[in-house]
Amino acid sequence: MAAESGKIDPMHQFEVQSITDLFTVGGQQIAFTNSALWMVITLGVLWAFMMGGMRRQLVPGRWQAAVEGVTGFIENMMVTNIGPQGRKFVPYVFSLFMFILFANILGLLPLGVVGVHPFTVTSHLTITGVLAIVSFGIVLAVGFAKHGLHFFSLFVPHGAPWWMLPILIPVEFVSFMVRPFSLALRLFVAMTAGHILLKVLAGFVINGMNADAAWVAPIVSLPSFILMIGISALELLVAAIQAYVFALLTSLYLNDAVNLH
Amino acid sequence: MDAEAARLLGAGLAAIGVGMAALGVGNVFGSFLESALRNPAAADSQQGRLFIGFAAAELLGLLAFVVAMILLFVVGG
Repeated sequence: MAAESGKIDPMHQFEVQSITDLFTVGGQQIAFTNSALWMVITLGVLWAFMMGGMRRQLVPGRWQAAVEGVTGFIENMMVTNIGPQGRKFVPYVFSLFMFILFANILGLLPLGVVGVHPFTVTSHLTITGVLAIVSFGIVLAVGFAKHGLHFFSLFVPHGAPWWMLPILIPVEFVSFMVRPFSLALRLFVAMTAGHILLKVLAGFVINGMNADAAWVAPIVSLPSFILMIGISALELLVAAIQAYVFALLTSLYLNDAVNLH
Repeated sequence: MDAEAARLLGAGLAAIGVGMAALGVGNVFGSFLESALRNPAAADSQQGRLFIGFAAAELLGLLAFVVAMILLFVVGG
């Protein structure tokens, strides 16, 4: 039995596989992949959640209270960070937060038990990168539309002595331009790291159960399994925190664009 | 040293960076809790700043993790 217990590949879960090849554009195959499928599922669940809760009852039921809780949470975050003008950006930041949150949590579901393999959409830099670029693009568009070329005063800190400016301006510029990368990288790596950790521990459990010596299973597999339960709980927390951090940082960057500083 | 051995050692050394980020994140939450217990009334208003500090500290650890992953799975892996 131990002979066939090969190496368990923790990276296999991140493979994008084609479900149906749709058509080709300029020699490139455009396919409906498992990544796309899970984005559609995320969207469907999100839509169902919102539709079920967007009622206008004076005394909200549980579901309506849940939806109003999340919208109120995001709106409160925008108003504290940006001020009254931040209310305009609530729809965007809310969609961003909910999409990331639902994608993170749906990717964690233990559906492997019934033979379906969940795919974490946010564990790919292409997807988090696009989300970060959209956020950064909105910051640039709002900044230039609102302040014109005066937006560049973002790179000049208030009260700095003039002879420090040759150093401060490049530093501020770099710290501004690195924002989309840090935004995308944080979400992508946090999700990837958690899923690799879970699969490595799962590999310990399976290989321990398959080992020839009988003492391996209780000593290796059981503690690994208990650890997996704890890590799964931690991953649920991380899924929510990363979605919150993405939305929070987007709101801070929007604050720079709206109010300069 | 063998290039393969150096690659694996480098990936292991990158784990130090992840541990250092754990110190940073622990420090962020520890300091927050310490001051939140002194002045619980002001704690809720500082939650945003708490998570900004957490995000900044965590990012550097995640970068170390990326270095380890690149060494393990991208460079000749």
